[in-house]
Amino acid sequence: METLIETRNLKKYFSSPKGTLHAVDDVNIKINAGHTIGIVGESGCGKSTLGRVLLHLTDSTSGQIFYRGEDITDVPPEKMSALRQKMQIIFQDPYSSVDPRMYIEKLIGEALRNFSKAERQKKTLELMDLVGIPRRLIYSYPHELDGGLRQRVVIARALALDPEFVVCDEPVSALDVSIQAQILNLLNELQRAKNLTYMFITHDLSVVRYVSDEICVMYLGQVIEHCATKELFAHPMHPYTNALLSAVPVPRLSDKPLHREIIHGEVTSPINPPAGCRFVGRCPYASDECAAPQPLAEVTPGHYVACCKAAGVNQ
Amino acid sequence: MTEHLSEQIEKTERPALLEISDLWVQYRAGGEIVQAVNGVSFQLHERQTLALVGETGAGKTTIAKAIMGILPDPPAKVVGGEILLDGDDMLKMKKDRLRKIRGARISMIFQDPMTALSPVYTIGNQIEEAYLEHFNVSRAEARKRTVELLNMVGISEERYGEYPHQFSGGMRQRVVIAIALACNPNILIADEPTTALDVTIQAQVLDLIYRLKEQNGTSMILITHDLGIVAENCDDVAIVYAGEIVEQGTKEHIFNETAHPYTKGLFGALPDMAGEDEKLHPIAGLPPSPSNLPTGCKFHPHCPNACSRCEKEAPPMTEISAGHYVRCFLAQEEI
Repeated sequence: METLIETRNLKKYFSSPKGTLHAVDDVNIKINAGHTIGIVGESGCGKSTLGRVLLHLTDSTSGQIFYRGEDITDVPPEKMSALRQKMQIIFQDPYSSVDPRMYIEKLIGEALRNFSKAERQKKTLELMDLVGIPRRLIYSYPHELDGGLRQRVVIARALALDPEFVVCDEPVSALDVSIQAQILNLLNELQRAKNLTYMFITHDLSVVRYVSDEICVMYLGQVIEHCATKELFAHPMHPYTNALLSAVPVPRLSDKPLHREIIHGEVTSPINPPAGCRFVGRCPYASDECAAPQPLAEVTPGHYVACCKAAGVNQ
Repeated sequence: MTEHLSEQIEKTERPALLEISDLWVQYRAGGEIVQAVNGVSFQLHERQTLALVGETGAGKTTIAKAIMGILPDPPAKVVGGEILLDGDDMLKMKKDRLRKIRGARISMIFQDPMTALSPVYTIGNQIEEAYLEHFNVSRAEARKRTVELLNMVGISEERYGEYPHQFSGGMRQRVVIAIALACNPNILIADEPTTALDVTIQAQVLDLIYRLKEQNGTSMILITHDLGIVAENCDDVAIVYAGEIVEQGTKEHIFNETAHPYTKGLFGALPDMAGEDEKLHPIAGLPPSPSNLPTGCKFHPHCPNACSRCEKEAPPMTEISAGHYVRCFLAQEEI
């Protein structure tokens, strides 16, 4: 299978008055064409920054990004616009990512400036059909639409130039469950129809299970666990992943009393983090070994974990 | 099971702490009337946790604010109904009497801890204020109580003099909880208390609310859109749609004997962590605009089983099994 996007030792640091903020720290991922990789983590773990760095919306600090095997880390700006056609993003909040003074035809047509007027109109209508916006709404403004329809407008804009790779940054977090289901189904259908590759960034584990082929769990800028979706839910190995999975309330009644491992404390600061495991302060299994750096290691075939206790936690 | 049943019977025999009957609330804006709450009735008993579940705009928060007496008037107006606290109608009470009840007997935890706290007072100050409002005690005593509350919610007392911006979201929500519990209220209204928080922090905060509630014997109305939280934290559930309760019962009724088509739709739309379903089943269309509600059953335009009767007649709330109420003609016929 062809690798569409690959990162090698990708880092993004921000300097802040208190020191260096490690937003993305040494991330190595490969995304296969036509697949969905889910990036999961809590606020501030660097998942959105990773997506933005991949699309060159923010420059990386060091490391490399490859697109179809070609190094695109330092692409000159004139070449970047050609790349942008291939790589798009869907933002979280459809209320702030569309111009309130443009109606739908303009919003979608904005991405199609290089086409003639007639072609632009034809393509806009096609895109509206594709994402399920009724044609009668072509002259509607964003404030006249509900969250679900607005997110469809954002999706239509992202797909206007037939991209290959789409970063979906929390695309359903601002929506109600019934509408969330519509948008998730739409994204899945579009992927099948257009052979899209998704990077799906979310904090919601039930959503990510439903859309992703494989999942990376991030904590304070690092990928701490990476494997196929089914494997992650069946055999989570990192103590943080375990805690994350057990923290999600399940919408079902069970006879067994609930065994929830509540981890204490909060995410520590990403500014000048320690060299060892970053989860150590909250981890119930922490010991002296954890002060050493924890590289991502293949514990079982295809299942990578950054924890020296990984094998023990799983048992 | 029998134990559960006797518990159930005991619960219904006790008089209700809070009784809402036939509550109607409207918002009037620019000649348009928004029918936010349309004839809602429910009771809250001692030590009971009742969940109000529904989507954005269903009227959940409006119900909570009406109980607290903090609806912005204008544009909001309670146009009918009663809110009985120990038999006294709160809607008819004088303002100063309400002030004595609010915060002391009924208090509320708000969704967004950033906007619920004042940025210019220390958190110690804000917790103390809630206590001093209702108890005629010295500052030193109020401070003692504040330290006690801080310990209770898991904030170290050294942080007494810090400001909200120095706290994380989860810690801020703990401050809000401390304020709500300062005077040991009988009734706690928690409006989406963990929606703004990350899951691991959500688990901590829910655990905290649950523990304190059990400790103090508080009754709670928990407003949420998350059926997972309902399954784990509540005794009874009311499903709210377009300003009406469409289904109400114990959580076993709602989860295991789901009767209303809207409730079924909510469950179908939920991505499940353990399920194997490849496709989600969204509810077709959107909830109706509360300024332009359909006639008959308010869910009929999106109901997969709607018949001609549903278009014309509004279904009444009917008890289909003991304690399980549904507002649907079809669910009635099935029994």
